[in-house]
Amino acid sequence: MIADFDQISLVDVTRHFGRRRAVSRVSFAAGRGEIVGLLGPNGAGKSTLMGMLATLVSPSGGEVRYGQRGAGRDGPALRARIGLLAHELHLYPELSARQNLAFFASLYGVDGGVDGRVDGVDRVEAALQSAGLADRADDDVSGYSRGMRQRLALERALLHGPRLVLLDEPFTGLDDRAVGIVTDRLKRIASEGAIVVLATHDLDLAEGLVTRLVLLRDGRMIADEAAGPGLRTRYRALVGG
Amino acid sequence: MFLKVALLVLRKDVIIEIKSREILFTTLFFSVSCILVFSFAFVSEGQAVGDVAAGILWIAIAFSGTLALGRTFERERYGETLKALLLAPVARPAIYLGKLLGVVILLGLAELLLVPLVALLFSASLFARPLLLAALLLTGTIGFCAVGTLFAAMLVRARTRDVLLPILLYPITVPVMIAGVRGTAALLAAPPDEPVATMWIGLLMSFDVVFVTLALWTFEPLMTE
Repeated sequence: MIADFDQISLVDVTRHFGRRRAVSRVSFAAGRGEIVGLLGPNGAGKSTLMGMLATLVSPSGGEVRYGQRGAGRDGPALRARIGLLAHELHLYPELSARQNLAFFASLYGVDGGVDGRVDGVDRVEAALQSAGLADRADDDVSGYSRGMRQRLALERALLHGPRLVLLDEPFTGLDDRAVGIVTDRLKRIASEGAIVVLATHDLDLAEGLVTRLVLLRDGRMIADEAAGPGLRTRYRALVGG
Repeated sequence: MFLKVALLVLRKDVIIEIKSREILFTTLFFSVSCILVFSFAFVSEGQAVGDVAAGILWIAIAFSGTLALGRTFERERYGETLKALLLAPVARPAIYLGKLLGVVILLGLAELLLVPLVALLFSASLFARPLLLAALLLTGTIGFCAVGTLFAAMLVRARTRDVLLPILLYPITVPVMIAGVRGTAALLAAPPDEPVATMWIGLLMSFDVVFVTLALWTFEPLMTE
């Protein structure tokens, strides 16, 4: 079963790890077509927040809502519409790019059965083309460069056409050309109706890409506003550094 | 769908193992070394000292099983692929079942070498009742791996996982070890004591049902941070 949604909302979300407060009373909402930049210094709580949005981490307090649903009861159905590219790439280095994608396509039920096609498209082949890895599709991932792995990991995260796309530092290891391709890709999936949440330290790349800005510091949200020009200046004014 | 996911996870683990052969070879090497060391200690002039064969077989299974469990989940830790599995829109207990099946098969392959080796080195008549022995090994291996797979998955993010896994695993699987050793010893008796071996197999089956059910039930909450 797949549970679709048009909006995500966090209401007073808090998360403690023992006595350490990783996220404290964070609230914001995002709808289809938005690219939300989750910005903040190291230890601000970005990854924890991403984990909670991905249903991998339970909030200690507050609530994460996906439309009218919560992760507690509708977890598997919601996860069918969530794609996560974390700092670790979620790839098996011993498998080839094609085997990695085929495995995750099967897990997400988009392997298309006998002919491998869903809605007339072979998702695995399309992802390999999109990652620019079609000619090395059968090589083990352990032999790939960081940039190639990053591109493959992004395609793995987008393989099932998620509504909510969570990206933690998606530009790591990418050259300028690849950054441009990924940026265009993210804008396109947002324009097609996805909700994109992007955690990054790269303010130059975030500027011009994100449509909303959520700033975190020490686990607290210090700003939630529309993104505009002068992102770096705004960030320095609110966060410092 | 539940079984399909478990088989997908199993298939993926088998493909990785066929490519790397890392866990199978290290497990075999370790378990054979373990049995050889015991044979130096307990075999004198071609004769085993006392009825040690059953205990040594199960010690080798437990040690090599612990190694296999640790390595299997070390693979999922690298690249945080366990998180990717948990993020998939599938029943999380199916992931547990897939991993469990993989470890059971791996340990089963190791036992194919261990049993003849113990029989040879300790002059033990392990093949007198092959079906009962197979049933004992299968039920014992499932019981041991059912608990081990759950703990190994839980500890995947712990820095001291290599130390904690045996500390947590061995006390809880003591009943499995006792049943395995006593059942095997009954088969090694002259003549083989079939009713006693069958009783231990029944007990192991009960352990398996309890352990697997509890693990399937607790896997999801234990894996959610």
